[in-house]
Amino acid sequence: MNPQKFTLDNGLQVILQESHVAPVASFWIFYRVGSRNEPPGLTGTSHWVEHMLFKGTERFPRGEFDRAVARAGGIFNGMTGQDWTTYFETFPAERIELALQVESDRMVNAVFDPEEFESERFVIISEREGSENDPFWRLNEEVQAAAFHVHSYRHPVIGWKPDLLNLQREDLYSHYRTFYTPNNAVAVTVGDFDATEMLARIERYFGGLSAGPETPPVRAVEPQQAAERRILLRGDDPTAYLLMSFPAPAADHEDFFPLIVLDAVLGGAKGLGVMGGGSNNRSNRLYRALVDAGLTVDADTSFRPTVDPFVFTVGVTLAPHVEHEQVEDAIWRELVRIQEEGVTGAELAKAAQQTKAQFALSSESVTGRAYWLGFSEIVASTGWMEAWYETLAAVTPEDVQRVARRYFRRDGQTVGWYMANNEAHEEESDA
Amino acid sequence: MTISVRPNQSPASAYPGPETITRVVFDNGLIVLVRENHAAPLAVLDGYMPAGSIHDPADRAGLSAFTASMLTRGSADYDFDRFNETIESVGASLGMASDTHITSFGLTCLSEDFERLTGVLADALRRPTFPAEQMERLRAQKLVGLQEREQDTGRMANLRYHETIYGIHHPYGRAISGYPESVGAITREELADFHARRYTPNGAIIVVSGDVETTRVLALLERTFGDWRGPAPEQDVPPVQFPTETIRVDVPIPGKFQADIMLGAPAIPRRHPDFDAVRVANTVLGVFGLMGRLGEVVREEQGLAYYAYSVQEAESEAGVWTAIAGVNPVNVEQAVASILHEFERLGAEPVPDEELADSQAYLTGVLPLALETNAGVTSTLLNMEWHGLGLDYLQRYRSLIEAVTPADVQRVAQEYLGRDNKVIVVAGAA
Repeated sequence: MNPQKFTLDNGLQVILQESHVAPVASFWIFYRVGSRNEPPGLTGTSHWVEHMLFKGTERFPRGEFDRAVARAGGIFNGMTGQDWTTYFETFPAERIELALQVESDRMVNAVFDPEEFESERFVIISEREGSENDPFWRLNEEVQAAAFHVHSYRHPVIGWKPDLLNLQREDLYSHYRTFYTPNNAVAVTVGDFDATEMLARIERYFGGLSAGPETPPVRAVEPQQAAERRILLRGDDPTAYLLMSFPAPAADHEDFFPLIVLDAVLGGAKGLGVMGGGSNNRSNRLYRALVDAGLTVDADTSFRPTVDPFVFTVGVTLAPHVEHEQVEDAIWRELVRIQEEGVTGAELAKAAQQTKAQFALSSESVTGRAYWLGFSEIVASTGWMEAWYETLAAVTPEDVQRVARRYFRRDGQTVGWYMANNEAHEEESDA
Repeated sequence: MTISVRPNQSPASAYPGPETITRVVFDNGLIVLVRENHAAPLAVLDGYMPAGSIHDPADRAGLSAFTASMLTRGSADYDFDRFNETIESVGASLGMASDTHITSFGLTCLSEDFERLTGVLADALRRPTFPAEQMERLRAQKLVGLQEREQDTGRMANLRYHETIYGIHHPYGRAISGYPESVGAITREELADFHARRYTPNGAIIVVSGDVETTRVLALLERTFGDWRGPAPEQDVPPVQFPTETIRVDVPIPGKFQADIMLGAPAIPRRHPDFDAVRVANTVLGVFGLMGRLGEVVREEQGLAYYAYSVQEAESEAGVWTAIAGVNPVNVEQAVASILHEFERLGAEPVPDEELADSQAYLTGVLPLALETNAGVTSTLLNMEWHGLGLDYLQRYRSLIEAVTPADVQRVAQEYLGRDNKVIVVAGAA
């Protein structure tokens, strides 16, 4: 059944999709706020706010919410990204009302207790330190920060450490009051229910909440990158990594789908969203040029739908005794080959077929479907998502060649190398 | 071969059981379970081959895992390139991986491709060619992965924990993926020999769920696997010699921002009568809600960690019960003390009725979620069959969980977490 869309009087967007395959239902609420909305000095606010929404309201004091959901046989979580913050609960279908109760309550009534706020500071720093253990994560953070001069996509979602040490409870609370309004949210329910009845329930729980003022717009526009940027990160870990980043368009841009195909041709088709299953990925161009050639042990490309223009990346783990330059050259050879010779019809057909299989797979879980619907509405629209396969299947080899030429530019690249502390680097020999 | 096909008559709300699962044992000992689900045009096949790291020679740890990863890199009819094109051109996934007692294999695809790709799977399982060039390429990749493991606090804590609690001389104590020396030494002959001696349909299990017809699936599997003959599986492992005193192991790794702690004790195998009591007790301790009591005390009250939870691991012959936390190196001792305190409290005080009921409600309530997808169904049925729990297990599950009393929880906590035979591993603090 196709998703149905409604908007309540207070501006809350509602997306409903019935699915009677299994006796389960998933409720998601997306807020149009993430690290994209954070100015310097306040990075990490959205993610920390997300943590604080698990710290209780008067009605559901800390721990009560988790217990209530788990007791009902449900699973739950919250996630923060660049463009959105989202919370979900998936339940045996007859218990889904609890999700409406909890989410309508904490949209406005989270208490942000000062002691809980301080204690959470160290939980979040601990979360960050867990990620920092991974040198590729640190390299990615550095490359992303270098890839943007002005746009807030330069900041890590979790926030810079000094900001995590400096942020105050009032910073978070004001962020919460500004962005957590019905008119800045999208509620999605997918599962075993009657849509008319579900809409009435959502109206009952959320309809009484007052709309807020319009949220402050993100005005920064990243200027076109005029110079190649380079990062050299060193550390104790002996394994070497390389990450190349190119500015790329937003989800609603006409070049988006040709770039999705290019992503599949270079690095293999990706699963859809957080719940999507991956597939085998050893016949793509970079795997053949890098892994089969023994230069690297893996080859990943990444291109995600975002509200504002973000990046297309190529990330690899180097094989021992291989130089970063060699790998960079090998990647560029593949990019240039597509720029000059284009891609084949067979490669396009494969990308389309992989997409078809992944849509079928991701449709299996109500949780995954609800995520994908809500996420699509935030970055573009549900119609954009529903037309995904058709739009992608209509991409031509010429489209792919054109976007390869347009976005893979040497003076537009940001290249990050990670290497071990003790490894010599020729540019340093003069120092 | 005798086949009795049962009609699919289940209402959506019922759990898979004897009425909706077809179970057939082929003449060669292969066990097949099929459950039709026509909700989406998909098919999922999951299987276990009774060959695992328990069969690795002590100086060849990683042999079973290496063998499994080679299967998709060349077989009689599908060399590396042809395999990749065949699978990837239709967006399918087909893979193998080794565990302690078994090698798992799996295929996920559109149902229209299922018959053809099952043929690819059979070719990979039965007729691998172990091309030397592919082997060296894979070895290089594995060695980089092992080098990365040395720098990964979570993986190193896990490695040293299992080595210490089971002992490095027991197969359960050795890394399934092996070590740089053992993986570096494996030869092509050893891979081919492992396959020839250990891969057998006898005692292997295949489970299929999806948009398929049971009779056609059985005929297909008969065609692709029916003429395969192999020896009876050997699944015995030596008795485990658990520690008799508490052991602490520190694994310094330079340049890390967080330390990973694994702290636990010997517990029980899967078929032990205390299994469900430990499962419920573990849910109270470190699973329920936001990671149970451990999450509440270590994360929520003290703000020491982003994650602090517990897991019950039950092998066929032994098991362990373990708390896991990632903390700043300066907080390691406080976190360890808090976890030990929760171990002790679980044995010292009866769990309040309401808290127990919550964990029981969670364990029974989430079952529909676990069975929502074809992959959820195949993995659940596969484990039921492997452990001999019976086709009616999901229907009995609720009563097994609800039978656990506060006294049971207290008793198993005392019995397994209350002794001076723990293993504490801390990886990452310099």
